[in-house]
Amino acid sequence: MSEGSLLFAWRSMLVRDVMLAMRRKADVLTTLFFFLIVVSLFPLGVGPELETLRQIAPGVIWVAALLAAMLSLGRLFSDDYDDGTLEQMLLLPHSLSMMVLSKVFAHWLLSGLPLVVFSPLLGMQLGLNGDAIILLMITLALGTPALSLIGAVGAGLTLGVRGGGVLVSLLVLPLYIPILIFGAGAVESAASGLGADAHLSILGAFFIGALVVTPLSTAAALRISLD
Amino acid sequence: MLEVRELECVRGDHRLFKGLNFTLQAGELLHLRGTNGAGKTSLLRTLCGLMLPADGDVLWRGESIRSLRDEYNRALTYLGHLNGIKGELSAIENLQISSSLSGINLSEERILRALDDMGLAGREDLPTKVLSQGQKRRVALARLLLSETTFWILDEPFTALDVHAVEYLKRLIADHLTADGMVILTTHQYVKIDAGIIKEVDLSA
Repeated sequence: MSEGSLLFAWRSMLVRDVMLAMRRKADVLTTLFFFLIVVSLFPLGVGPELETLRQIAPGVIWVAALLAAMLSLGRLFSDDYDDGTLEQMLLLPHSLSMMVLSKVFAHWLLSGLPLVVFSPLLGMQLGLNGDAIILLMITLALGTPALSLIGAVGAGLTLGVRGGGVLVSLLVLPLYIPILIFGAGAVESAASGLGADAHLSILGAFFIGALVVTPLSTAAALRISLD
Repeated sequence: MLEVRELECVRGDHRLFKGLNFTLQAGELLHLRGTNGAGKTSLLRTLCGLMLPADGDVLWRGESIRSLRDEYNRALTYLGHLNGIKGELSAIENLQISSSLSGINLSEERILRALDDMGLAGREDLPTKVLSQGQKRRVALARLLLSETTFWILDEPFTALDVHAVEYLKRLIADHLTADGMVILTTHQYVKIDAGIIKEVDLSA
């Protein structure tokens, strides 16, 4: 069999995961609503002064996106682990890391992309101006795939462990910190009139680095978890 | 074809078996016996490459399965305790996806025929979570009908099946052996298969 069959399998995995999520919309909606509600709580807690809100907006939206991404990690592999489809995935005649990449891409489409799409709404709610909102979307579009990729390693390692959800947070959150700093930093510097190019470059580098390294380490983590 | 050399398997602090040797050629069936906890499932998972052996090696066509994972996986169908089907998807969708994941594009008629053969006619479009335990098992077994693999590893394939399904599966295994396939299975039931060469390995010994 050739690369054609790998591509075919890659697409099937993607279609499968999207189809499964469509049958269980609650999972997808939980992440999105969590994101929207957490951000909406801040004006109520901090107070309605637009100047304060504008200052904290990038950080608040980014932290909420980070937590929302965390929240959705639990179901990345665990359902497949429970019903045995994960062990079948390990026995496919294709590279496991490519299959992992397909699953992570599906996960991002269902949990990361909605955050990117709805972020302008939250940006406006917190008083960000047009340029900052566009930049917010760009940083989230670069950052959330990296969050999914890095999170997958943690999700793979904690499979079948009791209290895995908390453990995933402990493992993964420290690795999320750089993305948070440069993601929120880019929006802040744009809001204060400075260029955000440097921040964006670093964010892009994180994404590409994660794209190269994490599928391999996730595949290794899954093999260990199923041993 | 398959050769097991000095295999040792350890779970936690407990050694399940050591120094296990056997070979399996085309057209042969290996019936794995053993008491509960003797390590049958562990052995099968090791043979699949899901578990690493503590010692020894599993060779496929003379080479370690770890060094030729893709080629070995292409020849292998494993049916474990878990059925490996998604409850939210229908039987057709499950089989379509599992075959396309292994790189085979099957027509819907072919899948419908397999499900019909497995006695699931009329239930193809139901989400498999509403099926009974035995019917779910049949969906999983339909993968054997659709696969083009030579080596089947079946962990307790007869559990939850009714008499008809057991007979059908026995015939399926016999046909596979006649077509120079290879089968390793575990079962506590007395199952007589009239084809190929039947070998036995007892892990409790």
